[in-house]
Amino acid sequence: MAKERKARLSSEAKPAESYVEKPKTLAVLRAEIAAGHTRATDLAASYFERIASVNPRLNVYLSITRERALEQAARVDDAAAKGNPLGPLAGIPIGIKDVLVMKGAPATAGSKILEGYKPPYDATSVSKLEAAGAVLLGKLNCDEFAMGGSNENSAYGPVRNPVDTERVPGGSSGGSAAAVAANMAVATLGSDTGGSIRQPASFCGVVGVLPTYGRVSRYGLIAFASSLDRVGPFAGNVRDAATLLGVIAGHDPKDATSSPAPVPDYAAESDKRAEGLRIGVPAEYFGEGLDPEVRAAIEKGIDALKASGCTVKPVSLPHTKYAIPTYYLVATAEASANLARFDGVRYGYRSPNAETLSDLYCHSREEGFGAEVKRRILLGTYALSAGYYEAYYRKAQQVRRLLAEEFLSAFAEVDAIVTPTSPVPAFKLGEKSNDPLAMYLADVYTVTASLAGICGVNVPCGATSAGLPIGMQVLAAHLDESTAFRVARAVEDAQL
Amino acid sequence: MTAKVTVKEVERVAELAHLELAPEETQHMLKDLNAILDYVAELNELDTTGVAPLAQISELDDTAGAGVLRPDLPLPSLDRAAVMSQAPETDQVFFKVPKVIER
Repeated sequence: MAKERKARLSSEAKPAESYVEKPKTLAVLRAEIAAGHTRATDLAASYFERIASVNPRLNVYLSITRERALEQAARVDDAAAKGNPLGPLAGIPIGIKDVLVMKGAPATAGSKILEGYKPPYDATSVSKLEAAGAVLLGKLNCDEFAMGGSNENSAYGPVRNPVDTERVPGGSSGGSAAAVAANMAVATLGSDTGGSIRQPASFCGVVGVLPTYGRVSRYGLIAFASSLDRVGPFAGNVRDAATLLGVIAGHDPKDATSSPAPVPDYAAESDKRAEGLRIGVPAEYFGEGLDPEVRAAIEKGIDALKASGCTVKPVSLPHTKYAIPTYYLVATAEASANLARFDGVRYGYRSPNAETLSDLYCHSREEGFGAEVKRRILLGTYALSAGYYEAYYRKAQQVRRLLAEEFLSAFAEVDAIVTPTSPVPAFKLGEKSNDPLAMYLADVYTVTASLAGICGVNVPCGATSAGLPIGMQVLAAHLDESTAFRVARAVEDAQL
Repeated sequence: MTAKVTVKEVERVAELAHLELAPEETQHMLKDLNAILDYVAELNELDTTGVAPLAQISELDDTAGAGVLRPDLPLPSLDRAAVMSQAPETDQVFFKVPKVIER
């Protein structure tokens, strides 16, 4: 083992270029701001300096909202000086994935078809953050229309993983994950349709939350697949991620699928010990294709849970492998419908070469959309077209019910299910992007939870011998984020 | 049973999706769609007789919020000027597009 390691190290003599920097916790920053030791305006300015310094290399931010941020920071400083009550996120610098709208700020969804577009309203999750005192720094790079697993599908260039800049940060919320890993924000918002929060959180070594479908309003989220899309937070630790979820969760009349269930104090829930919880380990997630170092790290995480007083037992999720074809039919079909609105008529890119209305639609879309987006629109259109709807889309929805019911049965036996978040650690830029199937396989661990609507958390769980972050995915039943946070916290506390 | 997509089908689907593919793009899409659809044929391994399609998570018994509808009343929408400021071509009231019908 030592000889192989030496050989590997000498052939990869150049150390990885790293921009990793851990943000301070919310607790520390809040205390500093409340006590007047740190001014929110100075904190915001320091983040803009950090962004100016490292963004040229990492390409995390697509635009910054300096004026809005500094105005908000000034309001927080004023309140702090007067001794007025401060919101739970007062003065905290936060970045927003570019699929969420901020009024008057660019929203590209990582696409050329929305270049120059400035939405006339705020997303609900954005409004809620601001109402809690957050200082919104800017818009984060992502795969185009949230379609991708590496942030290499952005029309504005890839994001580089702060841990190793030759590698991808994951996707589609690559910018959101990288921003926290590189301390270009204390926390961020991303979106997850098939793994787009969990997987980049895993690749970048940060905490990412997949809230239950309907837990957080989708109002103001540029839609990819409406029955799958979720908005969720990234943070440097479990408690902060839980705090953020508590702020953005809740019923919203502007989102017809938003859940009216009350919002627990997730931060307080995350403090509760995991002792006594029953943890399920599904064999289907530990088979062929799982990197041995990832397997070893997750097994260490499971040992840590046992040491915390959890009981661990095997669970069976036999339909797991069917999740990929199901996901790609449901998600692409819904995407083909949602992306029909980008037609050059009301906003965004309009082709200058069109003489007829039909040409206007076709040229604008052809010229404005990237290859992966077009591929998915075509597959989705095909799956929904006459003659194929029954065999493809409807069949997929039937399998979806089987997948959801499988999780429901498992959660009758266990409180949480743990798996690796990704079968491999962050790969090199360009390594997988030529093979769409390879990229799809990397989704296998995450799309099952997406289809079932359940919640989950990615928690950092060790690293490979090359120093690449490994993440554990903690899944819990619908609206049981509290359990997921408790388990994730136990893994985090073990400091693997 | 493996579905094989034909060039004609790719072109028809592109037409439905208002996408115009260049010849190289059509060939590339053909390859990708065939590869993905082969993968997708796996679903037919499963017997789903009698299984109701799951279209919305709120259908599942243990989730709250099964689509309560708001009263059917018109409410104020977005500010027209703000919306039109983003339009590629407008007279400030309507979105302008190339003529559809030749008089």
